[in-house]
Amino acid sequence: MVDPAGTGALEAALRARRDTGGKCLVPYLTGGLGEWLSVLQAAAAAGADAVEVGIPFSDPVMDGPVIQEASELALRAGADPPAILDALGRTEVGVPTAVMTYANLVDRAGWTRFASSLAAAGVSGAILPDIPLEETGPWCAAADAAGVETVLLAAPTAPDDRLERIVARSRGFVYAVGLLGVTGERSTLADSATVIARRLKDVTDLPVLVGVGISTPEQAVEVCEVADGVVVGSAVVRRVLESGAGPASAEVVAELVASFRQALDAG
Amino acid sequence: MMGEPDETGRFGEYGGRFVPETLVPALIELDRGFREAWADPAFRSELDSLLADYAGRPSPLTECHRLSAELGVRVLFKREDLNHTGSHKINNVLGQALLARRMGKTRLVAETGAGQHGVATATAAALLGMECLVYMGEVDIARQELNVFRMRLLGAEVTPARSGSRTLKDAVNEAMRDWVATVEHSHYCLGSVMGPHPYPWMVREFHRVIGSEAAVQCRTLLGGPPDVVVACVGGGSNAAGIFSGFAEDPSVELVGVEPAGGAAVGRGVPGIVHGMRSYLMQDEFGQVLEAHSISAGLDYPGVGPEHSHLASSGRATYHQVVDAEVVDAFVLASRTEGIIPALEPAHALAWVVRERESLSGRTVLINMSGRGDKDVAQMMDVLADRI
Ligand SMILES: Cc1ncc(COP(=O)(O)O)c(C=O)c1O
Repeated sequence: MVDPAGTGALEAALRARRDTGGKCLVPYLTGGLGEWLSVLQAAAAAGADAVEVGIPFSDPVMDGPVIQEASELALRAGADPPAILDALGRTEVGVPTAVMTYANLVDRAGWTRFASSLAAAGVSGAILPDIPLEETGPWCAAADAAGVETVLLAAPTAPDDRLERIVARSRGFVYAVGLLGVTGERSTLADSATVIARRLKDVTDLPVLVGVGISTPEQAVEVCEVADGVVVGSAVVRRVLESGAGPASAEVVAELVASFRQALDAG
Repeated sequence: MMGEPDETGRFGEYGGRFVPETLVPALIELDRGFREAWADPAFRSELDSLLADYAGRPSPLTECHRLSAELGVRVLFKREDLNHTGSHKINNVLGQALLARRMGKTRLVAETGAGQHGVATATAAALLGMECLVYMGEVDIARQELNVFRMRLLGAEVTPARSGSRTLKDAVNEAMRDWVATVEHSHYCLGSVMGPHPYPWMVREFHRVIGSEAAVQCRTLLGGPPDVVVACVGGGSNAAGIFSGFAEDPSVELVGVEPAGGAAVGRGVPGIVHGMRSYLMQDEFGQVLEAHSISAGLDYPGVGPEHSHLASSGRATYHQVVDAEVVDAFVLASRTEGIIPALEPAHALAWVVRERESLSGRTVLINMSGRGDKDVAQMMDVLADRI
């Protein structure tokens, strides 16, 4: 929720971490997949500053094979947006959450109705990767009114003036897309990750978190020499898939999140 | 009607640019690049030369005497099936490939359903010496083997799309994902009047030649326009191309024909996918539904945004035909005119056959958007009992 000064719970949590000399850690997991609520709680308990929850969509164009597979499995198991939000609303997470999903699920529900359903479920932020700056108008109006922080993506392809407009409209944090490509693990950190983080840090005081292609604690530490933190998606979801998305997945993800936390704390 | 979209890339309330942030600068650059090229006489004349000397334009207008006698409707075919590579798709592809080269891109990425757009893109890439990668749904690869081989023969790489329905919709997703990663040197050669702005407008402009030629040819043959213009609609490019030659004349009825199993206008509601707001077949939560059609080229749950606008404004009407009607039309054109149509334009003819009573005595122009060679293997099975 956004307080009268304009800082929502998501941004407040990330700023608190950064302003005390720490680095922000935001794992992503696919909502509706197996024991996802336990995974969510485990990730939070293992040291996440916030958690991003994906609401699966049939045509996730910003996602690579791992998150595509997780989305398909969740959809086949009957996951739907109201049920996911309802479950989120009934779960004590302990850290702020942000929903990541695609424009059509929001549009189908209605911009205003979707924004209020996020707020009602206690969700702080929204990340909609197929709603770029020019198309944010109706969504941001609805989200602002409901007190939902809209996190915008900033990509390496953007010229400087575009980055400035993006950070001006972003809330919660700014999501720096670390490379040219869709979500998925990469063996090394792309040079573009540090470059985009630097360019964003130069124009904003918002927390700058790098996502897409951050796969290991080492890569997280490397990019956090410049960035304020990382979003870790496919590395988390792959482990959920490998453990059959069952009860064991919470433990496996907790271990992974803890290893990122430790590495980032050690610097 | 059928002018430029507004500055947000919308036709009425449809269109826009719903893509990952990474692609927006490329789309802005493409919009600028297309405007400049389209206003440049040198670009236009190079494209016109290719369309004439390479693709074989103008395509003829054929008066279908025996078919007309059979139906009691005067039927004309605009013969896009006679273009090089066998369909209208080459018009758009030559335009985009020239534009890509002008913008310094060295690689073309494309999606394909029936394989016609993929073959056209592979052809243009071979002609201009560019690299080419085509995404095609696994299901379509199995039913359009010949086109897969043609693409590979032409030097293109064909990569199966294995997610979702494994048809055209998923091939578009894969092509977009590829483009997100390769946008600096690749051009996404989109195959229909769909996707984010400027594609729906740009692709229609590259196909405008169909309508412009047909309008002149009809004036010569008939002394004026036909009463009705009919085209099949997948994404809607052949329809947009031929409609654009007649949209200004309110006396001409414009009819789009969708497959019943992939009828975005007929059975969809507005939604957002593949970069555009348009009619879309989707469930109550907004998950996109899988289309099912005998024709791989029309097996698509969405439709180009300008068609949503033409439908909402009432300027064009959209109707559905079922696979069985399409098969009959496929045989009918073959037997009465010696023209084996692609399954896609057989949809347009199928609607005329069904409506022959109400169309009686009128003149109908059908866009014969492609030839049926690619479908012959599939139809051998379908028609095993009849032929
Ligand atoms: C011959 C032919 N006609 C029509 C189509 C459908 O495309 P559109 O609706 O863009 O014309 C295709 C697509 O593969 C095709 O091959």
